[in-house]
Amino acid sequence: MAEEEKFLKVQPIRNGTVIDHVSAGKALKVLEVLGLAHGKATGATISLLTRVPSGREGRKDIIKIEDRELTPAEVQMVALISPGASINIIRNFAVAEKFNVELPGAIEGLVECPNPNCISNQREPVPSQFQVESESPLRLNCFYCERTVDDVEGQMV
Amino acid sequence: MAEPFRGRNLISVAELDREELEHILTLAERMLPTAEKGEPRLETLKGRVLATLFFEPSTRTRLSFETAICRLGGSYIGFADTRSTSHQKGETLFDTIKMVEAYSDAIVMRHPNEGAARLAAQVSNVPVINAGDGAGQHPTQTLLDLFTIKQEQGQIDDLHIGLAGDLRYGRTVHSLALALTHYQVKLTLIAPPALSMPAEFVERARGSGLDVQVTEDLESTIPDLDILYQTRIQKERFPTEEEYLKIADIYQVGLETLREAKPELRILHPLPRVDEIAPEVDNTPHAAYFRQAFYGVPTRMALLALALADEPEAGLPAGVAGGGA
Repeated sequence: MAEEEKFLKVQPIRNGTVIDHVSAGKALKVLEVLGLAHGKATGATISLLTRVPSGREGRKDIIKIEDRELTPAEVQMVALISPGASINIIRNFAVAEKFNVELPGAIEGLVECPNPNCISNQREPVPSQFQVESESPLRLNCFYCERTVDDVEGQMV
Repeated sequence: MAEPFRGRNLISVAELDREELEHILTLAERMLPTAEKGEPRLETLKGRVLATLFFEPSTRTRLSFETAICRLGGSYIGFADTRSTSHQKGETLFDTIKMVEAYSDAIVMRHPNEGAARLAAQVSNVPVINAGDGAGQHPTQTLLDLFTIKQEQGQIDDLHIGLAGDLRYGRTVHSLALALTHYQVKLTLIAPPALSMPAEFVERARGSGLDVQVTEDLESTIPDLDILYQTRIQKERFPTEEEYLKIADIYQVGLETLREAKPELRILHPLPRVDEIAPEVDNTPHAAYFRQAFYGVPTRMALLALALADEPEAGLPAGVAGGGA
């Protein structure tokens, strides 16, 4: 879209990550789980565009994080909140890498089991572990206690 | 068979297919004489050490596992409560298992937290057998339940099996319902609405082709049953004592309730029982629950032999051909 391109051209970043096609209204949640919602956590400049018109989903959010590339675990976290998002790694103003986020078959350590009596909630030195039971709607299954997680967003660590 | 038994964990009954269930039940039957009288004397697991870690109290499960390993010529270490262990000092299960796996050839564990057995299996290099994890799984109970049904009726297929009492929270009935999906049985679920079987288990049973009926009426169902699997209704599930007593009374099995039962009806119960089976029933041919408790020994002997022995059948009299249910 011309309007969108113009927007993106107005604020190019030299190095860092642009998370595009974030589900409309979810950008703040993405920043929160990435630990970037508070200034203390990072020195990076972050720009956030919310409810940008987009042909693909009607509206979308865009997050630009300067001087920082997401780790694979962070990309998984984005996928858990916004499975349709795409990641653009920017180096020297150019898109060096571009890919869609993808849910892996197993999620480790990013989500807390909603069952308080689950062994994964008892201070054992192992990360929580889930299998993706369904992608849409997103549903996970605890590897340990077999409890199904419907509210994945609410259970993110 | 999905994978060989040797060295394998047993965490949930869902891991076993029909062929594997039958394999265990057939070997358990051949273990019966030794389980009962110690003859023929077996040395199947001579020199092997079983660790029995009971983070929660248990009578039957722990004692029958310990009897089983002794009857197979092995020995056991372990604890029956956590008061005398480092668990009290805050040791993690992870660390406990790391230590115990070095002391033993297999670990049997009961733990108050769901998923504990799976964690132990992940940490341990020796096989882990789940003897109950919180409200989760208790697969060896299900195996001995199946074994009891087969011993008492000669078969499992074609029976009409009633599960009664607390079908909502009772883990034994959930696992049994899952295991029965491997057989052709008629299943009737008998419980008050507040304690009815969770929909997922009913759907799985129906999905596997079982004829599943749901009713609140125990008394009128009994005449049609071959097996009644009775469970304890817990007081704390009800808002008031009065409501509990009302339900407990309706779901009690006594001589009167059994008046029109088939002579060959057998009543099973995972025990301990409170009021749900009247003591007078103990002296009728219907009562199978004490034999059921004993059947934990041959069933667990079979499991331990399969998990630990190079030759699980060593020293046994020649087997009966076939193993169909």
